[in-house]
Amino acid sequence: MSEQGLQTATGEAAGDRIRARSVVRGLGSSAWLVAAIALLVLFLLGMGRRLGYGAVDYLQLLVDGLQIGAVYALVALGFVVVYRVTGVINFTQGAFVMLGPMLAITLLARPPGGSALRLVLAAVVAVLLTAVIGMTIHRLTLHLARKASALTRIIITVGVYISVQGIALIVWGPRPYVLPAFTTFGMTDRLVHVGGLLVQAQTFWIWGTAAFTLALLALFFERTVVGKAMRACAVNRVAAQLMGIRVDRMATLAFGLAAVLGAVGGIVLSPATRPTYDMGLELGLKGFVAAIMGGLVSFPGAVVGALVLGVLESLWAGITLSGFKDIFAFVMLIIFLLVRPQGFLAGKGEVGH
Amino acid sequence: MRGLSSDIRALVAAGALVLLLGGFEMVRPGGISLSHLSGGLVTIDLLIRAGIFTIILVGLNLLMGYAGQVSLGQAAFYGMGAFFSAILTVKASVLGIPAVVAKAWWWPWLVMGGAAVLVGGFSFVVGWVILRLREHYLAMATLGLGVIVYIVLRENLGMPQLNLTGGFDGIVGIPRLRVGALAMWPEARYYFLVWGLALLTIALGLNVVRSPVGRALRAIHGSEAAAESVGVVVPLLKAQIFALSAALASLAGSLYAHFQAAVVPDTFGFVPSLELVVMSAIGGMASIWGAPFGALAVLVLQEVLRTRVLGLVPVVSGEMEPVVFGALLVLIMMFWPSGLVSSYWGRMAARGGGDGPAAGGAPSQQGL
Amino acid sequence: MGPLLEVHQVSKAFDGLIALVDVSLAIHPGQIKGLIGPNGAGKSTLLRVISGLLRPTSGRVTFDGQVITGWTPERIVACGVVHVPERRQLFGAMRVEDNLLLGAYLRLRREPWRVIRGDLERVYELFPRLRERRRQVAATLSGGEQQMVAIGRALMARPRLLLLDEPSLGLAPLLVREFFRVVEELRAQGYTILLVEQNARQALRVADVAYVMETGRITTQGPGRDLLNLPEVQAAYLGAHPAEKTMGVGLR
Repeated sequence: MSEQGLQTATGEAAGDRIRARSVVRGLGSSAWLVAAIALLVLFLLGMGRRLGYGAVDYLQLLVDGLQIGAVYALVALGFVVVYRVTGVINFTQGAFVMLGPMLAITLLARPPGGSALRLVLAAVVAVLLTAVIGMTIHRLTLHLARKASALTRIIITVGVYISVQGIALIVWGPRPYVLPAFTTFGMTDRLVHVGGLLVQAQTFWIWGTAAFTLALLALFFERTVVGKAMRACAVNRVAAQLMGIRVDRMATLAFGLAAVLGAVGGIVLSPATRPTYDMGLELGLKGFVAAIMGGLVSFPGAVVGALVLGVLESLWAGITLSGFKDIFAFVMLIIFLLVRPQGFLAGKGEVGH
Repeated sequence: MRGLSSDIRALVAAGALVLLLGGFEMVRPGGISLSHLSGGLVTIDLLIRAGIFTIILVGLNLLMGYAGQVSLGQAAFYGMGAFFSAILTVKASVLGIPAVVAKAWWWPWLVMGGAAVLVGGFSFVVGWVILRLREHYLAMATLGLGVIVYIVLRENLGMPQLNLTGGFDGIVGIPRLRVGALAMWPEARYYFLVWGLALLTIALGLNVVRSPVGRALRAIHGSEAAAESVGVVVPLLKAQIFALSAALASLAGSLYAHFQAAVVPDTFGFVPSLELVVMSAIGGMASIWGAPFGALAVLVLQEVLRTRVLGLVPVVSGEMEPVVFGALLVLIMMFWPSGLVSSYWGRMAARGGGDGPAAGGAPSQQGL
Repeated sequence: MGPLLEVHQVSKAFDGLIALVDVSLAIHPGQIKGLIGPNGAGKSTLLRVISGLLRPTSGRVTFDGQVITGWTPERIVACGVVHVPERRQLFGAMRVEDNLLLGAYLRLRREPWRVIRGDLERVYELFPRLRERRRQVAATLSGGEQQMVAIGRALMARPRLLLLDEPSLGLAPLLVREFFRVVEELRAQGYTILLVEQNARQALRVADVAYVMETGRITTQGPGRDLLNLPEVQAAYLGAHPAEKTMGVGLR
């Protein structure tokens, strides 16, 4: 899409853009960025060598990285949608990622019908429920606070997240749950042989679902009136109002859309990792980092950022002590905030003020 | 100066209250303690913790409320101070510090001061770099920073063989503070120590607010460009305030370590950072006196939730906390972004007393 | 028939800065009214009050008999008041065709796609250049073309009242003339227009009635032709306009 880099989320461009004095300005930081990433990959590969990793191990790490990266992408897109339409970094996104699977599991316990149907139905209903919850939250909180500063609204989303996670703890307890694998409808997943690797069948579901969702999203924004109207709000809020577009409704809708993206991501990931009440925190934060790596206003950027983050993080996890795994994302966060806030795909220099 | 004398009066009043409560607890007339009077809610333990948080919050309020810079990772500095004190007293031998020094009465005090200076210096450098970020990007950066510090502490600084931070379980056996032969214990004595320092911190905060520095801070909050044009060296001042808030948090952390005699990394993670923001918000971000108020309000509320709610709702006591605090944060940000105390004190300030809220309260309060 | 738009004693102050003082005017269907005056006179502010982007400090705006003061812009647009703001405010990152379609946003839900498509074709007929560039990103168009998109987008809404804010701003002189030709064409098609312009000469030529606004007040009003000949107006607003000069006099 040609939209990224040209205009910012809301008309208040100056307000939410950073006046960062990039260390590597002038030369076009994209060249440096690519070089830096390449160096990082080499470093990680090198360290892996020392641990005796061979090609197969690397491929495995790559696959793992792309798997989690696809989920990060869905989460990240949720951040981008809300940010572009409302200018708010929506911390509740993590809650959506958790609610999807948890609701699906709860629903799965009861309805009638065959395995496949039950699972699909439960998933769909869970996603819709999450969307409704998301839109309600928006109406009750952010919509009422729309006159407040962006930062205040961000803190509001943080508060909402904490509350929702707290409620999840009360409702579902701290234990991990199980969502059946999509292929076997059972606890254990089928393993697929690809090259020398053993890949979980769920991984393909993740990639497939992510790709499908992205395609639908692109179609929505490119072809439908509502999609175009939402883009219009993101590009130029005042002009959108002058077209008669109800920008506040678009904001709520954006929230709902983000909730759908998050919930889908959570559901499709859950068979591979046991969903718990607090899974949203980590996924939400990392999805956010991916969005930042994509520039926060770019859809393709978010996807690229997510995949890169997933892979690099996976490589990193392969060579460090397990506890240090999470540090990678946050270090990336700070680096990108400081050095390249416009993300991977921004055309040139800084985005306009 | 009107402001100064009212500050002094307020400090004296606060000091008197501190003495009164502490004295009451020490004497326990008729065997009644504060705990009895408050139905088990207010204990000396809680008051000590409130004092510790007050020290952090004064710094945080100066940073967020006055200078308008957000920190979602303040607990990291709190933790750094706590672990510094813990490591250098308990694990001193691992670091090669002679027992003679490590067991001396003045050592923990030196460590406390040194930690504050080091943390302050470290955060000055960090602040210099990240404070150029605006609003939500700064918030994210501080969040990231906080999580990174937390992970490092939790993972034993990456050197499990040295076991400096004790990993997930942290460090135990931290000695009590003493001055010469006089131990700062039992609790009542520690209470006076902590609140003495807290009051000093409040005085410091008030002093900053009243001084040209305070004006410069408010100017930065309003508009950095405007502040620069009147000669404020913005990046320097921001970094200085950041460093001050970090140093204060570190100091509080050290006090906490010697109070609990044990430290665990979980006390200093992302959620505690948010709790600090909630405390700041309740008390009023742009108010120095909001610090003790916010700390007390939140701690008492926590007690209420832990003890009273049990009967009402069929949940495990601790579980209501995040729900309530999350909701509280949301409500405060929606309706009273300048904090509950500020609104009240603002009215008092209008009559020429109190420190009053700075422009706008929550950082960068601007309409859309 | 009563006036379509009535502005009654509207005043607007911003934090002590007074922008409009007791401004009153009325427009009847089919009329083109011009609003000229120096920079900062409040002309754009008035349009923004009418379209709902700003709330007046006092006074009333009535459209088609309905009081619309204080309504949200979205609601006012739904009545048929279309405001083409200063500097166009296109959806720069979106394609020309999308910009145009969004102009008909409110109609897209209610009317069949055929009809909208038909209107789109008519806009392309009016501005053939846009047809060539329909899939191009709006921000990459030239100033004149962007102006066409802005007008076209407004027309897609089938406006009952068109508010044009400094449409000729930044356009090359040749394009200015072309633009005013379009305005004449629109008038011939029966559109009702309130035109705010820096280019006084052209505005006064095309307007049935014009107002001169200075420091927030309307100081002179009358048929455009007459104002053209008023010495004060000539002195203040019809002075050296280089493009007009090189094209020669005798525009009427």
